[in-house]
Amino acid sequence: MASVISVQSLSKTYRGGFKALDEVNLEVEEGEILALLGPNGAGKTTLISIVCGTVSPTSGSVTVAGHDIISGYRHTRSTIGLVAQELALDIFETVWNTVKFSRGLFGKAPDDAVLERVLKDLSLWDRRESKIMALSGGMKRRVEIAKALVHEPRVLFLDEPTAGVDVELRKDMWDLVRRLRDGGVTIILTTHYIEEAEEMADRIGVIDRGKLILIEEKTELLRKLGKKQLFLQLNAPLDTLPASVGREGLALSEDGRTLVFDYDTKAEHTGITRLLADVREAGIAFSDLETRQSSLEDIFVGLVGDNR
Amino acid sequence: MNHRAILAIYTHEMARTIRTWIQSVLAPVISTSLYFIVFGAAIGTRIEEIEGIDYGAFIVPGLVMMTLLMLSVTNAAIGIYFPKFTGTIREYLSAPVSPLEMVLGFVGAAATKSIVIGIIILITARFFVPYEVQHPVWMFAFLVLTAVTFSMFGFILGIWADGFEQLNLVPMLLITPLAFLGGSFYSISTLPPFWQTVSLFNPVVYLISGFRWAFYGISDVNVGVSLGAVALFLLACLGIITWIFTTGWRIKP
Ligand SMILES: Nc1ncnc2c1ncn2[C@@H]1O[C@H](COP(=O)(O)OP(=O)(O)OP(=O)(O)O)[C@@H](O)[C@H]1O
Ligand SMILES: [Mg+2]
Repeated sequence: MASVISVQSLSKTYRGGFKALDEVNLEVEEGEILALLGPNGAGKTTLISIVCGTVSPTSGSVTVAGHDIISGYRHTRSTIGLVAQELALDIFETVWNTVKFSRGLFGKAPDDAVLERVLKDLSLWDRRESKIMALSGGMKRRVEIAKALVHEPRVLFLDEPTAGVDVELRKDMWDLVRRLRDGGVTIILTTHYIEEAEEMADRIGVIDRGKLILIEEKTELLRKLGKKQLFLQLNAPLDTLPASVGREGLALSEDGRTLVFDYDTKAEHTGITRLLADVREAGIAFSDLETRQSSLEDIFVGLVGDNR
Repeated sequence: MNHRAILAIYTHEMARTIRTWIQSVLAPVISTSLYFIVFGAAIGTRIEEIEGIDYGAFIVPGLVMMTLLMLSVTNAAIGIYFPKFTGTIREYLSAPVSPLEMVLGFVGAAATKSIVIGIIILITARFFVPYEVQHPVWMFAFLVLTAVTFSMFGFILGIWADGFEQLNLVPMLLITPLAFLGGSFYSISTLPPFWQTVSLFNPVVYLISGFRWAFYGISDVNVGVSLGAVALFLLACLGIITWIFTTGWRIKP
């Protein structure tokens, strides 16, 4: 697949000397949903802001759709829609004028049909004549999204779009993101809700302390770093693990009622069949059997923890 | 050229003016008219003519120029400071808009507003003091040039300012004294020679002198020099603005 955004050796040192990005390299593929994860202050917003033109890079280069973000800013910026982390709206304007303004600013010919479609998609149509100041926080966030969409961008950045948004709107939002992706829009999002990234993203990048420490297909990531565990609920508690059953990766829970077996999902032989056979041989009866796969959250916590 | 962006910025700024027309239009018209009533109609009749012109009529160009300067600077400064303050400047920075287009939108709107108010004041003044305009085209040219140049200066001020205090301080401490000492109320030629020389370092002297020439055909300094001085100031402001946007000074971290 062709990459639509290419970030090369990008570094950013803010005035005052803080290094927020350190030699970041990243290729974003056309049409994918890329989730950027990372703790507070990792540099996610800084990275997005540089690509969008609201923060100047210190060194390195970025191209969007083949154009450099500095020398070809007209091309790159018309390609991009940005929903920033912080709300910033002219509260004295109406919803309609706000989105109309955004379309004009991005150089697109006035088209009320597009504005109408976007406002309807975001359930803002009924509020189009309302002043921004009369809207709730969640509605304001939707206005921000509408503003980013009315110039019909090919690439959409969503910097924590679901912060402070209720469950229903969050669902609507992800439906919209999926529809946009189906329409060919490339989406880069950040979130602190890891289950969101797990559900939505095609690929996942993890940023920590200004470095992109990992970027991987989501399924691959889950497979590679994902551990699986088998839990056996015993009928009667055991004091110790019988020698005939004991093996690498197997442990008895403290109350003696559960056997926990860590196994590798990638391995050809997981060892489950052998384990179960040996358990029966040893005359241990169990009432329940369960497997669990580590979530992205577990992986993420593990990764960022290792980097400390 | 992203002309749609210029139009979007321009109409957005003008809408703000229309929304707040009582402060932005009515207030300056009323306060300047008070000067005409007091200095023109009331006290003016007891003051001698200056270079053959009635005192009330003599101060009209200077007063209009003074109001025009103040309005242009503050309007343009607030126009760009406000989005900086609320954070909405982010959208301008992320849009495919060149520095020149930003300036055309913001400065164009601020200048339009000052010009309209300047004309309203001129019309209002006619009710209190009789004056005539010998060179209407030049008068209008000075009006536009001054409004544009000082709106540009205000734009720079708005980008530089860190707070509302600075936004008020510069017009109060810089523009008002320069305008007062720039010959709004007197002819530079009535000053002692030393102060005449000092006055030539005040850019506002050139504006008022040129503007007054357009009205009555009299001037403290040559009209060509006046025009040249304004044009020079305009180019300097344009240069600074280009530098601001290429370096991101005070607008981009
Ligand atoms: N304008 C600025 N001037 C100085 N330092 C800044 C500026 N903006 C951000 N930083 C610093 O850069 C680092 C990265 O910030 P950034 O906003 O990119 O983090 P983030 O990953 O988006 O965090 P969060 O999850 O909290 O949004 C932080 O330590 C922050 O304090
Ligand atoms: Mg952030």
